[in-house]
Amino acid sequence: MSQAIEKDNLTVIVNESKFKDSYIDRDKAHNRAKRRVIFSKAANILFSLTIIFALSVLALLLIQIIQKSIGWLDWQFLISKLSIRAEKAGILGVIIGSVLLIVVVAPVTLFIGIATAIYLEEYSKKGRIQSLIMTNISNLSSVPSVIFGMLGLTVFGRLFGLKASILAGGLTLSLLVLPIIIVACQEAIKAVPKNLKEASYGLGASKWTTVRKVVLPTALPGIMTGCILALSRAIGETAPLVVLGIPTLILKLPTGLMDDFTALPIQIYYWTLDTVLTKEYANLAAATIVVLLTLLFLMNSIAIFIRNKYQRRY
Amino acid sequence: MKKKSKISVTDLDFYYDEFQALKSVNLEIKKNEVTAFIGPSGCGKSTLLRTLNRMNDLIEGTKVEGKVLLDGVDIYDDFDVIELRSRVGMVFQKPNPFPMSIFDNIAYGPRLNGIKKKSILNEIVEKSLRGAAIWDEVKDNLKKNALSVSGGQQQRICIARALAVEPEVILMDEPTSALDPIATLKIEDLIHELKQEYTIAIVTHNMQQAARISDKTAFFLLGEIIEYDKTTRLFEKPKDERTENYITGRFG
Repeated sequence: MSQAIEKDNLTVIVNESKFKDSYIDRDKAHNRAKRRVIFSKAANILFSLTIIFALSVLALLLIQIIQKSIGWLDWQFLISKLSIRAEKAGILGVIIGSVLLIVVVAPVTLFIGIATAIYLEEYSKKGRIQSLIMTNISNLSSVPSVIFGMLGLTVFGRLFGLKASILAGGLTLSLLVLPIIIVACQEAIKAVPKNLKEASYGLGASKWTTVRKVVLPTALPGIMTGCILALSRAIGETAPLVVLGIPTLILKLPTGLMDDFTALPIQIYYWTLDTVLTKEYANLAAATIVVLLTLLFLMNSIAIFIRNKYQRRY
Repeated sequence: MKKKSKISVTDLDFYYDEFQALKSVNLEIKKNEVTAFIGPSGCGKSTLLRTLNRMNDLIEGTKVEGKVLLDGVDIYDDFDVIELRSRVGMVFQKPNPFPMSIFDNIAYGPRLNGIKKKSILNEIVEKSLRGAAIWDEVKDNLKKNALSVSGGQQQRICIARALAVEPEVILMDEPTSALDPIATLKIEDLIHELKQEYTIAIVTHNMQQAARISDKTAFFLLGEIIEYDKTTRLFEKPKDERTENYITGRFG
């Protein structure tokens, strides 16, 4: 026999049976439930506040920067070359430099990243060697970026004689973002369902054919997303390139991989440094920041778009 | 007329690491017959099916002792696995078409075997889809992604894909357990037709299905074959008490 009782706007069902209330104190439980509802609402408000806080900080930064860049960020700015005179300076060469960096980083990291991920996921046996490799990869990802700069300077800049060229910068940044791509490719390959591979083997395919024709195409969206995220990281890196020896002012536009160059984050850094000398440099830096942020925002949006579009194709 | 033996299994023991999943299995699968493996969960019937095309080789830690002969040749002794799998095809429990067009799914096998000419591939795709009784339903949509059709159609596409490599034997691992009754019926009819040209071994949880479509049935329990006989005889007059208990639903 059960009854429904109204109590503080909560309906409580009271059971009258021979098992009634031997362990559970209904009143205590009822109060607990009320407290939980209040706590839940409070937590909701708290978390919303933290998000608002984070977004406000971001908005504050953006507003300051956008304010400083007004009037300085125009079409002329994007297509002019660098100059000591602030009014004439433009970031065409800088943009080309960043783009050429991508031209180096993308194929290098994709090739090594995909190959490593395929090896780790499909070919190597689970064991000591595999654990060793994966530990080292995650160690690589926690190395400070400045140290990659020193590595790049010593090996690519001096040993290989590439000095401060785009190739040297690109290779250095490739090492930096390699762990990101390897992990992303690994996850993408791991996510390919086993039954797709079994279907391929069942038809008489070899392991390499299965990887090439089934695993990689299915993992492609994940790989591309990882690639774009790695590239957006590489575009924003400053420290390694500074250590490598990127000059503060380049008047010529870079045309080849062996040319001297500068990149968006570096230019922001140098202009910000020299604001004490020339006040207008602050505006140029702000304008460049807006360009860089827009580029990053675009790249990340594309990555998210790809990921959402191709999710659960299988 | 005595039918020839297509696959014969002799004294087969199978281990997953330390666990013995199959004990002294002896079995003959005759040409152009449907042989069903039945038994409760975990009794080894899927394991046995997968030893017939060496799919268990993909799992680490597995060990095989004994002989499995395909047309008299031991497939575990110096036999090319790739060739084996193009002669012994497999259809899986959950339909697993590749995330490609229907055409590319069927053409996958022939392309593996080096067939590139468009006209020949078109022929093979049509023949295989007809063989799987699904040509009329998809013939105008061959470029559509194979995942966009229903489960039952996906499974028939997988069957067509297996047919496209022109195997001699088709292994089916609970092919209809993920499908609705109508799709199941279509595939059972299909199996009935296929056995005229192919040898079929099918694992099924559904005893009525085994009784409906198979010529011979093997009853498995804990890794051993308890009884193996003509289907009609096994279901009407089972020789072993355990077989009778399973068939009448007393366990499993």
